[in-house]
Amino acid sequence: MDIVSTLRVNRTERPFTADTRTTLLDALREQLDLTGTKKGCDQGACGACTVLLDGKRVLSCLSLAAQCEGREVTTIEGLARDGKLHPVQAAFIRHDGFQCGYCTPGQIMSAVALLKEGRAGSDEEIREFMSGNLCRCGAYPNIVAAIREVARLGSESQ
Amino acid sequence: MNAFEYVRPDDVAGAVTMVSRDPHASYLAGGTTLLDLVLKDGVVELGRVVDITRLPLRGISRGDDTLRVGALTTMEELAADPTVTERLPFVREALLLGASPQLRNMATVGGNILQRTRCRYFRDPTVAACNKRAPGSGCAAVTGVARMHAILGARAACIALHASDLCVPLVALDAVVHIQGVGGKRSVPLTEFYVLPGDRPDIENVLQHGELITEVEVPLLPVNARSGYLKVRDRASYEFALTSAAAALLIEDGTIARARLALGGVGTIPRRAREAEELLNGAPAVNQTFRAAAEVALRDPFTVSGTAFKVELAKRTIVRILQTVSGVQS
Repeated sequence: MDIVSTLRVNRTERPFTADTRTTLLDALREQLDLTGTKKGCDQGACGACTVLLDGKRVLSCLSLAAQCEGREVTTIEGLARDGKLHPVQAAFIRHDGFQCGYCTPGQIMSAVALLKEGRAGSDEEIREFMSGNLCRCGAYPNIVAAIREVARLGSESQ
Repeated sequence: MNAFEYVRPDDVAGAVTMVSRDPHASYLAGGTTLLDLVLKDGVVELGRVVDITRLPLRGISRGDDTLRVGALTTMEELAADPTVTERLPFVREALLLGASPQLRNMATVGGNILQRTRCRYFRDPTVAACNKRAPGSGCAAVTGVARMHAILGARAACIALHASDLCVPLVALDAVVHIQGVGGKRSVPLTEFYVLPGDRPDIENVLQHGELITEVEVPLLPVNARSGYLKVRDRASYEFALTSAAAALLIEDGTIARARLALGGVGTIPRRAREAEELLNGAPAVNQTFRAAAEVALRDPFTVSGTAFKVELAKRTIVRILQTVSGVQS
């Protein structure tokens, strides 16, 4: 059974037709050609598919695309503005916050949300509130360093 | 996985009618249990998914002695509520120790109560023996790899665990579940909401098909009560409990005036420890009392080789949380 629907992704209306069973993750990757969001475990355990839905971080593998109609979806492709990387993206590069890079889009989306939630008060807090994003290469120390730096720069600029 | 129809009704009564009339229909809220079981594990088949996420069942309101929580309130929203922080701190602790931030932004309070077990044998359709999936087929977990399984309320027919953290303080608090069906509304205390496995482990609670949880009413703790939630697990974060305990104590001059205690990680249902509470009430807040309460709470466990360690671990979890909440040193 198909549904005809529209997703608002990265500030753009994107109509799509898909089976009702299509997850937000598959709609982004297969229907809308936004392959930045990664499929890891595909069952809500690894965080690779993390996107923002109305500004809050969620797992796109456990959301139906149909449920997201009319809501604002932000993916890794939507973070950079005017060709300039988001501060979290730049910090991940500076701190080498990845090795193979597969979990990285999810890590960055989660980190962007974490900073907005005000959960970067300490390394311990960053680790706890990034715990939904697994990295099998073990880049955790550098991920924490990248987030810590953006949090510090953000608080200095205020 | 069969195809299903997707519908999004715009009022509660319409949604209730839709699901009640169709035995192959199910409500969809946060999706963190249902979509897992339908799309990924393939152990639940649906003909129609009724998306309730835009129904007006979201939000928290405070009465004099209770907090009324709409069933679609997410775990993160409940954890962020100032009354929860002030008057129900162990509810906040349990919420923030559960799942991950992403899942807590999706998962709802109603869905948390109705979450299905994480038993791998239940969630694997290639496993034939599962009384919860196919009544009468047996239980693969009893002779299989069991670690994240129940020891209280369990029996040879089913040792599947109810893995909620949130429900542990909620049963301790005597929270009440408000339900709407086609025939009207009713309310059930959470301690009477769940059904022990018995001969039909597939029957998990008192809901009839089509009945919808609309609200959860949570009594506030007295201002001078102290509470805490302790979760023991294999990983530092983002992991289900091996054992957990929620305790709220009102202590006057070194004597426990009123105790509330419930256990997680050990029960086929979120487990209120009433006999332990009776022992604690009126007793001195000392280690000897705590250990005696723990012994009572873990009386007559049903263990298999993989879960035997949980008996002593659960007792120590109880002693530790009672020490922490009361301020008594070990």
